[in-house]
Amino acid sequence: MGLSKLNSLYREVILDHADHPRHKHDLENSTNMITLKNPTCGDVINLSIAMDDQDKIADIGFSGDGCTISQSSASMMTDAVMGKDKETALRMAKTFSDMVMGTEHPQADLDELGDAAILSSIMSFPARIKCATLAWWALQRALLEEDAPTDEEEA
Amino acid sequence: MAAKNLDLRQDFPILNQKVNDEQLVYLDNAATAQRPTAVTDSLVHFYQTDNANVHRGVHTLAERATEDYENARRKVQRFINAAEPEEVIFTKGTTDGLNLVASTYGEANIQAGDEIVISIMEHHSNLIPWQQLAIKKHATLKYIGLTADGELDMADAAEKITDKTKIVAIAHASNVMGVINPLAELAKLAHQHGAIIVGDGAQAVPHLAVDVQALDVDFYAFSGHKMMGPTGIGALYGKRALLEAMPPYQFGGEMIDFVHEQDSTWAQLPYKFEAGTQNIAGAVGLGTAVDYLTNVGMANVEAHEQAIVDYLLPKLVADPDLEVYGPHDPAKHTGVIAFNVKGIHPHDIATALDMEGVAVRAGHHCAQPLMTYLGLVATARASFYLYNTQQDADRLLVALAETKEFFNHGAVKA
Repeated sequence: MGLSKLNSLYREVILDHADHPRHKHDLENSTNMITLKNPTCGDVINLSIAMDDQDKIADIGFSGDGCTISQSSASMMTDAVMGKDKETALRMAKTFSDMVMGTEHPQADLDELGDAAILSSIMSFPARIKCATLAWWALQRALLEEDAPTDEEEA
Repeated sequence: MAAKNLDLRQDFPILNQKVNDEQLVYLDNAATAQRPTAVTDSLVHFYQTDNANVHRGVHTLAERATEDYENARRKVQRFINAAEPEEVIFTKGTTDGLNLVASTYGEANIQAGDEIVISIMEHHSNLIPWQQLAIKKHATLKYIGLTADGELDMADAAEKITDKTKIVAIAHASNVMGVINPLAELAKLAHQHGAIIVGDGAQAVPHLAVDVQALDVDFYAFSGHKMMGPTGIGALYGKRALLEAMPPYQFGGEMIDFVHEQDSTWAQLPYKFEAGTQNIAGAVGLGTAVDYLTNVGMANVEAHEQAIVDYLLPKLVADPDLEVYGPHDPAKHTGVIAFNVKGIHPHDIATALDMEGVAVRAGHHCAQPLMTYLGLVATARASFYLYNTQQDADRLLVALAETKEFFNHGAVKA
């Protein structure tokens, strides 16, 4: 079998997001910020979000260090939730977590995830699921704990 | 040393399987080794014929189980050349042994202003117990640094170890840098300053002949599972005089001499440090692993692993896409080889190698301060043992070449 199976994980769109990550910068005027670590591998994500007065994500950016999967997942996540309201973004994070754990969702939910839906392929690589979910956990935490201090947390 | 080609694969049924449709090449031995049939058989034999609690019963099985358990202790004693079996305490593993020393000897002897000296290449298990002890006692924790090629900087050691130093704790062999540290020399240095020295033998005892008396270490901890024994069993060596003077680690059954309503007295060594029913079968299995290694001969194990390193390391070092950590001279490098491939995250490397049937570790290897010191987030790591072969090294090289090709060029075109 060899590396041909890798094609299902490292799809073109995933590699493209990893090589050319979208929104990879820290926001200067963020309303919500969080740093999450994956202690098993040392991956780090700093996520900053600017919510507008209608509780919509006006801007979002990330920085940090990680593997192809975690970087590309963060890029796809920021693409997907840009402009969404808090409730929708949280629902999308839930859909993503469910999807990578193999829970079925209506096609409409998956469509909402945009490129990120392609990471359902991570299911066949259980050791890498955390790499894909790190960015979405950070989103959830940042949105739910807007008053929380922005110190380091471990995912 | 002449390369001795060991051929032991038939003793390890787990190696005879396909992973992702490829013949398994197991190169994660620094995390845990595989067990030969002799070890798993000895566990089954113990549970099916001799099982009972030790040191208590009057009946025949209890006598047999006790004899099995104490035989295992004597095997470990001879294996590391401890002066007497009472100096060998069974533990859960290296972490447990090091915590035992920190919470008994350390608790009783470290005071505010004292210094504890470790190295920057320590595994978390030989770092956090001392860090927390230092915090609790208002002592200072100092780190010995590395030389440019990744060896322990002995000039720095001579500066860091002073008359204020009470404990020096150092890995005998590194789980990342692939070096063997000069423990005997460090012991001498520590003793000159009136300090004691603790050796972390987790990566050493499985791979080289260890003589605790020749090293003149005061304590020495190691794990069974990295030397083909069961998980959850390990041993702590301590010099008798030190162990005698130390307070117990845990309280309960087995470790007492006499218990009154308001006070108690403690059992003799080594039982003072073995509270509660111990991992009896684990000890038996560890004894069998010691027998297995003794039969092969530690000199042969060393020579076999060195031959693989002599073959593989120059090839990895010569690859301009690879960064190999630790000394690049094979004579100074053990079978633990940490590396990175430029432009590819180690996690992606490990997944790709796994698709080729090659099991390696990726991550910070429980040595986060070392990663920070080296300016790294993580590395990949291939680690070899006595059942690995030159063919395994070749499989790693081919899989690495294909991985680079996949990520750099052919990714989605296949």
